[in-house]
Amino acid sequence: MLAETSSFTLDGIAARMVRVEVDVHRGLPHFQIVGLPDAAVREARERVRAAVVNCGFEFPLQRITASLAPADLRKAGPAIDLALATALLGASGELSIGPLADWSLVGELALDGTVRPVRGALAMAEAAREAGHAGVLVPVANGPEAALAEGIQVRTIENFAELARLREGRVPGNPASPTEPRWIEDQPDLADLRGQGHLRTAVELAAAGGHGLLMVGPPGAGKSLAARRLPSVLPPLEGEEVLEVARIASACGLGDGTITSVRPFRAPHHTVSAAGLVGGGSPPRPGEITLAHRGVLFLDELCEFSRPALEALREPLETGAVTISRASGRQTLPCRFTLVAAANPCPCGRGEDDPACRCSELAARRYRAALSGALVDRIDLVVAVKQPTAEALAGPAGESSAVVRERVAAARELMAERLGPGRTNGEAGPEEVARFEVTAAAATLLSEAHESWKLSGRAHGRILRVARTAADLEGAAAIGEGHMAMAMQFRRRTER
Amino acid sequence: MSVGPGSGVDAESACPDCLRRNWLIARLGGWIQNVTDDKPGKRTPELLRLGTAELVEAVAAKEADEILSWNANLEEGTMVGRLEAAGCWACCRHHPSFPDGLGDGADAPVAIFGRGGRIPLRQLRLESSVTVVGARRATGYGLEVASALGREVAAAGLNVISGMALGIDGAVHRGALERGATVAVLGGGPDVPYPPSHTRLHGRIAEHGLVLSEMPPGTTPWRWSFPARNRIMAALSGMTVVVEAASRSGSLITAEMAVDAGRDVGAVPGPVTSRAAAGTNELIASGAALIRGARDVLDRMLGAGVGRPLFGPELGPGEPEVLAAIEGGCVTVDQVAAETRTDEAETARTLARLEVRGYVRGTQTGTWARTALAAYPSPREH
Repeated sequence: MLAETSSFTLDGIAARMVRVEVDVHRGLPHFQIVGLPDAAVREARERVRAAVVNCGFEFPLQRITASLAPADLRKAGPAIDLALATALLGASGELSIGPLADWSLVGELALDGTVRPVRGALAMAEAAREAGHAGVLVPVANGPEAALAEGIQVRTIENFAELARLREGRVPGNPASPTEPRWIEDQPDLADLRGQGHLRTAVELAAAGGHGLLMVGPPGAGKSLAARRLPSVLPPLEGEEVLEVARIASACGLGDGTITSVRPFRAPHHTVSAAGLVGGGSPPRPGEITLAHRGVLFLDELCEFSRPALEALREPLETGAVTISRASGRQTLPCRFTLVAAANPCPCGRGEDDPACRCSELAARRYRAALSGALVDRIDLVVAVKQPTAEALAGPAGESSAVVRERVAAARELMAERLGPGRTNGEAGPEEVARFEVTAAAATLLSEAHESWKLSGRAHGRILRVARTAADLEGAAAIGEGHMAMAMQFRRRTER
Repeated sequence: MSVGPGSGVDAESACPDCLRRNWLIARLGGWIQNVTDDKPGKRTPELLRLGTAELVEAVAAKEADEILSWNANLEEGTMVGRLEAAGCWACCRHHPSFPDGLGDGADAPVAIFGRGGRIPLRQLRLESSVTVVGARRATGYGLEVASALGREVAAAGLNVISGMALGIDGAVHRGALERGATVAVLGGGPDVPYPPSHTRLHGRIAEHGLVLSEMPPGTTPWRWSFPARNRIMAALSGMTVVVEAASRSGSLITAEMAVDAGRDVGAVPGPVTSRAAAGTNELIASGAALIRGARDVLDRMLGAGVGRPLFGPELGPGEPEVLAAIEGGCVTVDQVAAETRTDEAETARTLARLEVRGYVRGTQTGTWARTALAAYPSPREH
């Protein structure tokens, strides 16, 4: 007899539908899977056999052939287990799987029949909806994320034995209800940053405008401390953003399945390869920049990153998406993030203004070569960070993240009104920058600066974007002289 | 005739006889090359001291008549046309704008060609100009000192003159362009960037400063053009500073010419073990002024003890305190704010305003440094 179910395999962060056809036939007992299965799928035979038997169903001692269609798509991962076992019982006549005809089944089977969570459940639920399915059956742990997909029934199943409900003509499992994304209160707080008011200003501007931030200073001065507090001042993810981030996190197996509205923070080690950073490999997997989508990518020790890795960032930074081409096909992954980088001023880390620094001019220059590469072209804010004095450390704590976050959220609303939903000043195009309202005093200051520094057009636009963010944080309609001055002193300077 | 930058009454101009002399020297290029051969540094000034007829006789006796008649028949219109086509202008010793420094030497050019005009020629006075030159093959130390000298001497309002060569000369120009203007004296025509890799620098200098040459537009330099150019650099300024030079460097020829012309000479010291500094150390040993930075140059140019001679625009409230903090060793906004006990944001804005006016300088690593520009004494201090 023949039976058929639907499942999915993950390709990057996208789910591709797989039709699972099982034929049970008289003949010597044999179980074969065809249709480009990878090792995990081939081993499904053993998991399915044990789960079926341990859940009290009968495993047919006949010739079993399972075909996974389309035949030319490589099937990876154990998510097909549930669909395979269900189709098998349908084909052997053990169960009537009619009620599941237009459902997709997703889940890995344990030997005792427990249905284990899989990666990419949200993308799979959405793909099932696109395919016009009535519903999707997912493991319990994947329920909350799969339920984010609207317009499709999502039921969760804990154990394969629940399939016995099919005998009553009912769909097994319990309905999963969507949960509101949660904000995590227990995060590192900006109030920990004592005696570094200027650094706090830089962090606030970066958070509000999505501006690239570069911090330069000796080890232990608080660069990482500041970077790790950036997510706590970023406004919560909203609407479609939640889905984008959850889809990526789920496909990469990050997190514990709970849906939070905290923006992602990724800090790859400086030994990361170009493929690890932007994505790649075979099959292609998303890189750190995609994992940082809608959040923060923190590159600590910027000068230590390999040149190919930093060069690879150039195009994705420009376009907000990265396209990975492999023989098996091409994929475009989103990567809109705020870039935060930290660097030591010279190889010894102390900086040439410290008398203890013994680095030669040439060595320091060579070390800082990464600070003038293509990547830092995208950096709008540069701030020098030094160890605060004991007196400053003992002083009062600054504003907490919650207070700053409110200001940032208000500023982002102004930006969304001006530039469109979800967009920030850091992403404003040249025509949009030209439309920024500037007071006469601010314009005078900028033209004086232009005269004495001979600013490039790009540097000019960058100053205006940061100034606009400074004005938005104060709710000012036009860029004032103070906002312009603030933006100018944060500007990136080239080595002379 | 008048071929000047702009059409004001002050426009530079040159008389046809003076122009013919310069065109003759350019025409003689190949012959002079043959005569000077392997000793261009010594022979070139001797030759250029000669009168027109003697010079032609000395280098090209056979073709003398032909060349002299060509030169005498050179039409003024032709020369002016060439200048205009190249976007250049000319000025001769009979014009009031002609730099004083070029008038008092026997081997001085009678006319000079220029491109750009952000520095009017009449401002090239001995007491307001400094020549900074050095080796093409320079060390990181030399380049750093050169660019700082260029920047700070230009910030003090003096004209910084150099030769646009690779190495030290280029660093001097770049440094000077950061804070002010600069003058390049070329071996070829003022419209011919040499070396070619400095084409962009040439464009920037022409735009923001001045490019000068003895050679008419379109002339490519000969080997002897460089010592010839050096004598102009040495003559134009009140002081010549050599930054880095090996023991037989062209920069030493410039220094020698400066001494001959009665100008001040200074040299930046280097490690005694370094071949790149052998020439400059030798200059100091034989009596040149020791130059440790722009301060030493300014002291000698404007008189020791004059202190900070040039003042920037008047300081506003709170600004002297911020400057004092930077001078006291603060390098970050937070440090300055702690020192002056002001709000960090206000301190940051103050620094930006001070930077626009040239008092402080932000670095690549986000720290702050003081420039050479002195603060105008605020009324409160009186």
